[in-house]
Amino acid sequence: MNIIVCIKQVPNTTDVKIDPATNTLVRDGVESVINPFDAYAIEEAVRLKEKLGGKVTAVTMGPPQAEKALRDAIALGCDEGVLVSDRKFAGSDTWATSYTLSAAIEKIGDYGVIVCGKQASDGDTAQVGPGISAHLDIPQVTYVRKIRGINEKTAVVERMTEEGFDVVETPLPCLFTVVKEINTPRMPSIKGMMRAKSAKISKWTAADIDAEPAALGLDGSPTRVVKIFTPEPRKGGEIISGSAGDVAKELAELLKGEVV
Amino acid sequence: MDYFLNEQQIMVRDLARRIAREKIAPVAAQYDESEEFAWPIMKVLAESDLFGIYIPEQYGGLGGGILDMCVVTEELSRACGAIALGYASSALGALPIMISGSEEQKKKYLPEIASGRKLAAFCLTEAGAGSDATAIQTTARKEGDSSSPGGGKYILNGTKQWITNAGEAEIYTVIAMTDKKKGVRGASAFIVEKGTKGMEFGKKEKKMGIRASATREVIFTDCEVPAANLISREGMGFIAALKTLDTSRPGVAAQAVGMAQGAFDHALNYARTRVQFGQPVTGFQAVQHMIADMGTQIEAARALTYAVARMVDSGAKSISRESAMAKLFASDMAMKVTTDAVQLMGGYGYMRDYPVEKFMRDAKITQIYEGTNQIQRNVIAANLIKESLQKD
Repeated sequence: MNIIVCIKQVPNTTDVKIDPATNTLVRDGVESVINPFDAYAIEEAVRLKEKLGGKVTAVTMGPPQAEKALRDAIALGCDEGVLVSDRKFAGSDTWATSYTLSAAIEKIGDYGVIVCGKQASDGDTAQVGPGISAHLDIPQVTYVRKIRGINEKTAVVERMTEEGFDVVETPLPCLFTVVKEINTPRMPSIKGMMRAKSAKISKWTAADIDAEPAALGLDGSPTRVVKIFTPEPRKGGEIISGSAGDVAKELAELLKGEVV
Repeated sequence: MDYFLNEQQIMVRDLARRIAREKIAPVAAQYDESEEFAWPIMKVLAESDLFGIYIPEQYGGLGGGILDMCVVTEELSRACGAIALGYASSALGALPIMISGSEEQKKKYLPEIASGRKLAAFCLTEAGAGSDATAIQTTARKEGDSSSPGGGKYILNGTKQWITNAGEAEIYTVIAMTDKKKGVRGASAFIVEKGTKGMEFGKKEKKMGIRASATREVIFTDCEVPAANLISREGMGFIAALKTLDTSRPGVAAQAVGMAQGAFDHALNYARTRVQFGQPVTGFQAVQHMIADMGTQIEAARALTYAVARMVDSGAKSISRESAMAKLFASDMAMKVTTDAVQLMGGYGYMRDYPVEKFMRDAKITQIYEGTNQIQRNVIAANLIKESLQKD
């Protein structure tokens, strides 16, 4: 079974800077790495390949330097890399991004499972994975923490919830977004790193993936980031001390003063 | 300092460094305490192809040399010299096969060692045969000949002592006497697989340092080994052992350099933040001079180790003196630098809550095993005197 894993190159820091004028990330001078959540997606995709055979293709949409993320993915066991890169993609929101990736995935074709990390550590939207499945019109299971069983036609997986987990059976092809509980990503191997160095990365533009021009980039993005800010930290509460009667009285007075 | 490593060596170094930092350092103290063998780490090293870096490509390795092996050993030792030893000792066990083994033996055993599926171990030392390897009591008696099924067999009897990786390894290279009358020319080398009838392991030794390393006796009682497992010819065992140790000693030196660097890194970080008399102690010249000496000594030992490893990889015939020098200098350096690292940290350095005292305990073994430093000096002096005589 062929597997596709979608990855994103992100700045290697949680303290990202935001350009106040455009409200987008400042990437200059920050080391770029594979989105940490995508590392679990890569590992799960490679484990599926080791179990079921076939190949793993890593796909990313990004600037030319995102090629490094694809080579890193090959060092971790992926077989091929596809870089979808075009100035026309600039300013894409999650809708335009998932549309673009789905067009690239259609061009790759012949896949059983698409694996994505649950979200990216920079944008934190968790929308691109589900968006891809919507554009491709295939089933999706988000927050997968375990693949219980899988064959050519169906998969049974555990979907993590706040209270516990759901057990979901889905026909294939389908898309999973995975959480970090699903595995422990391996270290790269020397042989993998050597393969990665010489591997040919396919580079596709908007024309190569037959994408609808109006659905790309800023023009194809129905959402706009209006403002990004750090919320004011919550102020500590007020402690009233004294005898029970006095405290109750003072509290009642305070509450009367508020809009209750 | 830039040692002009090649692209593969830099790749290998960076990966080993990352494994040391992310996988080994967090568990080093725990394994030191429990004295368990770190199989989960061995698995990581295997999956990363590090066990095969010094093994030729036709036997499943990556075709690097002893320098590559040294670079990995050093990086792993910066986090834990005991866990690094599990790796380096497998190389020690593999070397007799690599250096003196037949094509069949190489094809059978090296790919398994290269993949890390199996560890190897080297069995030379006995209770009465340490520095004096000629006093080996373990015997190998031939039964049958080339007309017998399987070309005959050898019956091994005796006890090997303090064998690193014993019990954990699957492949053992063993030196035993096939003809005691001939002395060192009567020693032969064999490959013995774990599980062979008549092969047992003694109790696990309790050690001062390198506690996560497995050290046990390997006991042979009428242990039958196929004649095909004889390395080279009868009588070549001592030569195979000497060539192995000449080749592996830069690995001990690299382990020593790594431990010293690991201890030094901790001590220097501590000294930068330790405030006494209103300033970080790195502001005091007494401390600065210690830092300068430690850093210089580590670099000198590393330079010698890499130079000797390169000489080994060049295929040079005579390497005894140089490899003894690297082992001697680096291990004495490691003992001094790790001791100074504890001193630099004062009371904190002595506490087991901090990693530096472990480096000091671990470093001591590098002055003792694979030939004590006294024996190294004998080898170095004998070679220097011989070379001087030849110039007359």
